[in-house]
Amino acid sequence: MASVKLKAKSIDGGLIEVKALMTHPMETGLRKDSSGAVVPAHYITEVVVTANDKEVMKTSWGGSVSKNPYLSFNYKGAVGDKLKLTWKDNKDGTDTAEAAVE
Amino acid sequence: MKKLVLPGLLISSLALTAVYAAEEPNADAYREMTYGDRDANPALLVVDRGEELFKEKRGPKNVSMEECDFGLGKGVVKGVYAELPRYFKDTDQVQDLESRMITCMTTVQGFDAAELKKKTYANEKANEDNTDLEAIAVYIAAQSDGMKINPSLAHPKEQEAIKVGEALFYHRTGPLDFSCASCHGADKQRIRLQNLGNFSKAGPDAQKAIGGWPTYRVSHAAVRTMQHRIWDCEGQMRLPDTEYGAPLSVALIAYLTAQAKDGTYVLPGMSR
Repeated sequence: MASVKLKAKSIDGGLIEVKALMTHPMETGLRKDSSGAVVPAHYITEVVVTANDKEVMKTSWGGSVSKNPYLSFNYKGAVGDKLKLTWKDNKDGTDTAEAAVE
Repeated sequence: MKKLVLPGLLISSLALTAVYAAEEPNADAYREMTYGDRDANPALLVVDRGEELFKEKRGPKNVSMEECDFGLGKGVVKGVYAELPRYFKDTDQVQDLESRMITCMTTVQGFDAAELKKKTYANEKANEDNTDLEAIAVYIAAQSDGMKINPSLAHPKEQEAIKVGEALFYHRTGPLDFSCASCHGADKQRIRLQNLGNFSKAGPDAQKAIGGWPTYRVSHAAVRTMQHRIWDCEGQMRLPDTEYGAPLSVALIAYLTAQAKDGTYVLPGMSR
């Protein structure tokens, strides 16, 4: 199952528009369950995107980002670039997706 | 002191009224701004999961849902949602997508209906992920993206379901003496900033609502189907839980879908 959806296409000005959706519960650590116990925080802390193994985007996240987050950004690149997105979370979880720029 | 404070409060509340009155709340502009990019819809992740569940060999009989008939023949998913609800000969019933899914999963895959209906919807208050049923439903529905809303209307039982749905729509019931029409029977009604479609007449309001469901409800962080929409509305009317796929909900969906005829499905939807 594609737990991360990554796609990228060439837009005006030599830019590549990258769009990604990530499956993640993004628990804030502030929510309580039905018995009143705090649900432990579980959120993505870092997302890195590389193009042809060169880092083009890196972001730090926290518990204020929504569940199943969406990320979009532009970078200067070319059609055919091999993109790789990797996220890491605060429970040492990680996931990746790869896509070629169209 | 009180006399001094009161005029101040009055003036500030008048000023606020003026600000709100200057511009009609425009939910469409807000929607375009927030959900305008269809690639940004997390329902797409759930559609993928639903596709996998649909094609996987599951249940006591170990067969995939590709053996099911959703109205256009065995294994066909493209365009089936656009023509539902419809009459099915094998069950001698009018069925919507979700009641048909239960039929398929019980008769073809061998699941137990009561077991399937135990957990139909993700509980958004517990930050749950969508259930398998929700994922499968949005996968099937998304295969009618861009198509005309074209429910089957020819069979007498289909006509009957629409009539029953219409009667239910106007039927006041429950401790608050509510009908669907109490909220959805007049133009330009809203609760706070939420517009309430007028489904008492055929046309754009019904087309927009039906055409955008199943939808990813951002406030639930989950995909919601038409069955959930009806169940949730009935809950707001303080009625007992509507059983998943019950004839009551199917009739209401048949009526609403008939009101939405000739609209366009934009699926999966994304909303508040």
